[in-house]
Amino acid sequence: MSDSINPARAAGEEIRRAPLAVPRATRMPLSVSLGIGWIVLVVVVALAGDLLAPHAFTAIDLRNRLAGPFQAGHWLGTDELGRDILSRLIASVRISLLVALGATVLSATIGTSIGFLAAHARGKLEQFILMLVDFQAAMPFLLLALSVLAFLGNSLSLFVALMGLYGWERYARIARGLAIAADSQGYASAVRQLGAGPLRVYVRHILPNIASTLIVSMTLTFPEIILMESSLSFLGLGVQPPMTSLGNMVGFGRGYMTRAPWIMFAPAAMIVVTTLAVSVVGDWVRDRLDASLK
Amino acid sequence: MLRFILIRLLRAALTVLLVVTFAFAILRLSGDPALSILGDDASPQALAAFRHAWGLDDPLWVQYLNYIGAFFRAEFGQSMRSGEPALGLVLSRVPATLALTLPALALKLGIGLPLGVLAALHRGSATDRVVMAGAVAGFTVPSFVLGLVLVQLFSISLGWLPTGGAGDWQHLVLPVVTLGIGGAAMLARFVRSAMLEVLGQHYVRTASAKGLPWNAVVRRHALPNAAIPTITIVGLMVGNLLAGSVVVESVFSWPGIGNLLVVSVMSRDLSVVQCILLLVAITMVASNLAVDFLYGALDPRLRNANVSSTHSK
Repeated sequence: MSDSINPARAAGEEIRRAPLAVPRATRMPLSVSLGIGWIVLVVVVALAGDLLAPHAFTAIDLRNRLAGPFQAGHWLGTDELGRDILSRLIASVRISLLVALGATVLSATIGTSIGFLAAHARGKLEQFILMLVDFQAAMPFLLLALSVLAFLGNSLSLFVALMGLYGWERYARIARGLAIAADSQGYASAVRQLGAGPLRVYVRHILPNIASTLIVSMTLTFPEIILMESSLSFLGLGVQPPMTSLGNMVGFGRGYMTRAPWIMFAPAAMIVVTTLAVSVVGDWVRDRLDASLK
Repeated sequence: MLRFILIRLLRAALTVLLVVTFAFAILRLSGDPALSILGDDASPQALAAFRHAWGLDDPLWVQYLNYIGAFFRAEFGQSMRSGEPALGLVLSRVPATLALTLPALALKLGIGLPLGVLAALHRGSATDRVVMAGAVAGFTVPSFVLGLVLVQLFSISLGWLPTGGAGDWQHLVLPVVTLGIGGAAMLARFVRSAMLEVLGQHYVRTASAKGLPWNAVVRRHALPNAAIPTITIVGLMVGNLLAGSVVVESVFSWPGIGNLLVVSVMSRDLSVVQCILLLVAITMVASNLAVDFLYGALDPRLRNANVSSTHSK
């Protein structure tokens, strides 16, 4: 994923930066540094999960059921089957990040392509796409997702695909608007005069120029997808056991709230701190890269 | 003006049609209803008779038209779990959901609007930073976490309020607060940025330059203009009155539409899910329509200018 996006982003930044001469080294606020630190930590934990987890996340230890936190061997305690909370937390972070990352990339790709299509086609097709965009923006995503899950059943691949529709309408709107604006600028028509096909113009020339705006939009959608995934999993309609995700852990821990609140506490805190970190960093990136997005 | 209204009505009808089509499409994608109802070991004759009885052997477009026809006759079939008519079942849950979402909406508006305006008027001050920090926190704490924290605190530790269920007013407090805080945070953030945008406009500068007291500038020039984009968000909240409390109802075992939806999705009670989907879609479309008309009434530019462009954001 990073291979295809980073060069584009670099190009976008260069073009944006050069004429505006934004000072490179404005001081980073403490909250942003903390946020970046937390995100790095979470990603490292997710990547090195198997090495860090003290137990297998499905390993049952019936003699140690509902053990409290801060004990050797089970630092965050155990759940009703004696499974280690820390190990389950690490496994959950992996799944939740995987779903959120997959869904973000998917929805950015789908939305941008549709936006370009609208910009390229104009006319009736554009009107139809705009109607779909309005429809998606108006209908609560949770409700659409629940109906699809009710009709089609649930599996991880379907779930990721479904989450990959979250927020496509925003990318479509942005991509369409910016592509129409870019079409009227010199460079797009210059490339077109040289004989480049529409696909080449959009992917190789326009996309790099609007990438920074799209990336800002991705950082703002990412925490929302984490929240949406955890809400669905909390309801028992998202990630299914034996797999585990953050929302899933909170959902199951809820039954033991009075006797073992730590089951619920760790994943809940994880969701809050992670979405907070991504939002703070996302806001900061937005302010620096693109003042036109609010 | 008539053209404006007609175009909006047409768009609303198209949106409802789109939702019906969506429901039809996923219904057909979900597999052969004959097989799923009669079971895998049904005889071919029984399957054929079932398909014929329900019109499943008709061409797809005939089925589609029949489906739309049934929608207009408000026939949503029976709940597979209880055998009751789906529409009646869903409608019987509406009052319970509104009992949560209406006070929550009042709470959102009562907290979100003034705080957003306050933060914008004192941009960069300590007030602004506190409000914004609260708004970000309110957005990042998912409603089920907030709800469970409130239960832990006020029901389990302090024992002041019930943990869930429906009954007297005490059962309402925690779910309403849970719903209200999240929405208020979002609204405050939005109102602040709408206000800031208006405060940066030339007409505001002109108004204060000609000597108008700041209070009057805010009241007569800034607030009405910032209200216009805010109406969109409030409209979305109104449209969400029925479907906006799915998670919270589940946390507090509240017997509303959201709870019914989750239970129906789990048991794959398709006619009930479909009915909720369409009911919410109609509420949404109606509230969007109301927003469009309000826009037209408040902002003359929209009435006369390019009516076919999308108003949203």
